[in-house]
This record gives sequence, C-alpha cells and structure tokens, in this order.
Amino acid sequence: MELKTKVNAEEGKNDLVITRAFELPLELLFRACTEPDLVAQWMGTRVLKMENRPHGGYQLETRDGQGNVVFEAHGTIHEFVPNEKITRTFEMTNAHFGVQLEFMEFEKLTDDTSKLTIHTIYRSNALRDENLQLPFRQGINWAHNELEKIARKLK
Amino acid sequence: MTAGAIAANFDTARPTVSRHLQILTECELLEQKQKGREIYYHFNPGKMKEIADFIEPFRKLWDDRFNKIEVIMKNYRSKK
Repeated sequence: MELKTKVNAEEGKNDLVITRAFELPLELLFRACTEPDLVAQWMGTRVLKMENRPHGGYQLETRDGQGNVVFEAHGTIHEFVPNEKITRTFEMTNAHFGVQLEFMEFEKLTDDTSKLTIHTIYRSNALRDENLQLPFRQGINWAHNELEKIARKLK
Repeated sequence: MTAGAIAANFDTARPTVSRHLQILTECELLEQKQKGREIYYHFNPGKMKEIADFIEPFRKLWDDRFNKIEVIMKNYRSKK
C-alpha cells in the first residue's frame, strides 16, 4: 500500500519535502491549517497567536499538567494566499535547530480531495538531520522510560 | 544483475547508469560481487531499511497529525 504521507529528505541537503493527499476538499484542508481552534486540535497545542496575513505572526504553546511550558514555537507569515499557499518561518524555542523557512502549498485534486506540500529549508544539512532525528530520539527515550518503569516493577 | 543488464532497463546513457550504480554502492544500498569476469550487483535490503527507519518516526509524526486533520474536518463538515 502506498503511504499517504511522504517525506523526501535527500542525503546531504538542507531541506525536506512533506507531501500528503487528503480526503478533504481544498477549502476544508486550508481551514484546518489556518483556523486557530482547528490547528490546536490536530497539533495538540495551544494557539496563542495566528495572524493569517503577510507580515503576521503566529505562536504555539503546550503546557504540561503542572503548567510548565513543554513546547513553544513561533514564526512570521511572509505570504498568505487563501487555498493556495503560505510562506512562513518556523522556530521552536529552546531547540537549537534555528529558524526554518516553510513553503506550504495547497492543491485541489478533485472536489473531495486535496494535497498539501510542505517544503522546509534549514540553515544546514546537520540541523535538518537533527530535526529529522528528534521524533526518533523521543521514541527511543520513551521506550527507555517504559523499560525503566517495567524494570522497576520487577524489582 | 550485471551493470549491462541493469542499464538495458533504462533509456539513460550507460555511463550515467554506471555512475548511479557507483553512488548506490558507495551508500551500501548495492553490493558488488565478482563472478568470473563479470561484476554482479545485489540489492542490500538491510541498508535500505536503515535509511527508511531514520526518517520513519518523523514521517509517522506528520502522518498522525494529518490523519487527525481528516477526522476533525470530516466531523466539522458533517456538523454544519
């Protein structure tokens, strides 16, 4: 079966491309990516600011049960063309990947399907690869933590 | 397969195919085995898996998010 979401990251380059075909009309896909309450739902984060216009900014924040900020990201919107494209920067606070440039392109496939292409450019290949590895490392950390929990029970 | 047999499957010029084979061999995606006068190229699935696995958790993260978009928006549409 062909994967719905594809990530193309060529060896040695400083960019990557994420593509996904959605079983959603173009307008609904675009709203999901731009309306704060909808972004909050699928990103699993709070949307503090989302100014959908050129020179606008956005800010995302996630807190744990104790109120500690566990994720904070922000950026500036450079281009905003409804149902067509968004060009923006993205930077995660306290991560050292630096700022990334994102080109989001929205395409209608049929009346009920659409496609999103996100082309992300990092400052260097090393920074891109570190960001690519992040979920991999988090997955390993999670597995280690689970192992520890299980191991403690065995004591 | 020999380089000649592989090249026969493409319209690309033979030197280009050889160059590609050389790069894939350097990346260990292909393995060379000498048999008499011929060099046979073998696919190395272990290395392919390693490369795919490196990106897989990142891809999965986005796939999960995008799957959520579909669920949320399908509900959103039916509510209206």
